[in-house]
Amino acid sequence: MKMELPAELQHRMDGVIAQYPVSRRSATLPLLHLVQEHFGYIEDEAINWIAAKLELEPINVLELVTFYPMFRREPAGKHHIRVCRTLSCAMAGGYELLDTFCKHARISRQENGHGAHLLKSQDGKYSIEFVECLASCGFGPVCMINDDFYEAVSQEEVPQLLEKYQ
Amino acid sequence: MASTTRTAHPREKRIIFKNIDRPGWTNDIGCYLGDGGYEDLKKALAMNPQDIVNEVKASGLRGRGGAGFPCGVKWGFIKPGGSKPVYLICNADESEPGTFKDRYIIHQDPHQLLEGMIISCFAVNARLAYIYIRGEFPLGAKILERALAEARERGFLGKNILGSGFDLEIYVFRGAGAYICGEETGLIESMEGKRPYPRIKPPYFPAVLGLYMSPTIVNNVETLCHVKHIVRMGGAEYSKVGTRVLCVSGDVQRQGYCEFEVGGITMGELIYDVCGGLKPGRTLKAVIPGGSSAKVLSAKDRYKIKKKQPDGSMAENEIGLEDVAIDFDTLAAVGSMAGSGGVIVMDDSRDMVWALNNINEFYAHESCGQCTPCREGSLWMKKITERMLHGGGVLQDSDTLKRVADNIAGRTICAFGEACAWPTQSFIAKFRDEFVATAKTEGNGNGSTNH
Repeated sequence: MKMELPAELQHRMDGVIAQYPVSRRSATLPLLHLVQEHFGYIEDEAINWIAAKLELEPINVLELVTFYPMFRREPAGKHHIRVCRTLSCAMAGGYELLDTFCKHARISRQENGHGAHLLKSQDGKYSIEFVECLASCGFGPVCMINDDFYEAVSQEEVPQLLEKYQ
Repeated sequence: MASTTRTAHPREKRIIFKNIDRPGWTNDIGCYLGDGGYEDLKKALAMNPQDIVNEVKASGLRGRGGAGFPCGVKWGFIKPGGSKPVYLICNADESEPGTFKDRYIIHQDPHQLLEGMIISCFAVNARLAYIYIRGEFPLGAKILERALAEARERGFLGKNILGSGFDLEIYVFRGAGAYICGEETGLIESMEGKRPYPRIKPPYFPAVLGLYMSPTIVNNVETLCHVKHIVRMGGAEYSKVGTRVLCVSGDVQRQGYCEFEVGGITMGELIYDVCGGLKPGRTLKAVIPGGSSAKVLSAKDRYKIKKKQPDGSMAENEIGLEDVAIDFDTLAAVGSMAGSGGVIVMDDSRDMVWALNNINEFYAHESCGQCTPCREGSLWMKKITERMLHGGGVLQDSDTLKRVADNIAGRTICAFGEACAWPTQSFIAKFRDEFVATAKTEGNGNGSTNH
């Protein structure tokens, strides 16, 4: 198998598996997170690797990858933007915020929605998606860039925000 | 980015949110211990676990995740001395639209949660517990990991906690973006490494057949925090002064969180006194009082509320939306629910078809797909409201929407069916004229669109 995981990451995985003494299968989701953090997305090889590690069938892993919205089968941009789509943020301008990000990050909104390919800028620097409620409804519109969280983001702030992520 | 902190309104009573945005407060264990932290755990460990369960029963504490189920009753389902291990899971999958309280507790006061959780584990004799935190809280997960390590170092977790003979380990489990994992049996399936399809009840009540088919208690973050204060005050005292956190968003001057005694404030006081009222020139149109699943209330509604008089007799009062007290029973009496405490305010600038379509899109995306009425119905409701918004409405749309919703509620394995049906049912019931007008004026009459 050509997929190579650093020893440190494998060690972390063993630590995670030990947190579920009753069933190794419980570690599937945590291992998928670790793989996606490392590779940026989840390849077939990674699914087979996790299945072998946890003594499962590959379908047991794949069915989680296809169910949970956070897992990707293709690389995101270098910086991944998530804009909240749900009611309170939409009332505060969430849709306009997504449009503004797309404009300044040079992302064309050809296709979007669940199951569609990620929206990406041509240079691969940014990708963007709408996500459902990010649980900061009082300070909308909110977004995440990679793991960083931003509240009450105005459209005027978008260029300087993108500037931080080169 | 605008300021996102809030100073307390004079009438607020902050117990759970006492340390949120508190000047000089940090989320490390040193700060927490310097403020009397983990003293309630010491008190609890000297008690008989059954007495803690009884105190929580006496407190009347009801779950803060949405269903409002009495916490002590839930705990009472765990029979002491069973042969299987007991698990406790903290539900930190905060994702009900309109709700943003658990995020603050996790980020700013994680040790309050851990202390409440350790006490709760001791009460129900759980030796292994997990915090199920939503995937979109990566920082929150890191903060909890650090807080757990700090608690382990100080002997609040691990073997023989503070010499009591009680052993406990707590681990963090991250979700991956699915709202259905907030449903407790879906959460358990997710933790078992499966798709989070909720389990049918009976027989799969978590307290009987939960994680790994063992007795399991699943409690919301805020609920577990309350337990710590119940131990400190005693259940009887807490029952008089217990609070709940409210999260206000939408069309008010000052959005954000606040904490009041349960039932200690009305909707009007919340909107006008605490949140500074509506935007200039606007009037109140609607309020969703307990997260997006709760039925919408209209500012035009009049409700008949029965209230006990000082002499013990019952009298019926007619009140409007602004006089509705924010507590479990009053909100249920006016046909909605206190739910998760997420209050979404809408003024007269809001288009109700647009608002419902936004909500419908959420539920269509989040239905797990296990039960046909919900999987198909949530999508059809979204398709209809979206078509209406894009000028393809037809006159019978309101009736069709209602019929689809009526055929979901009560016909699914879990409460998501109700959660996705209630918005459509209530928006149509309260704002039918607006839906009819949208179909008439924007529609082309034949409903032919690409949607």
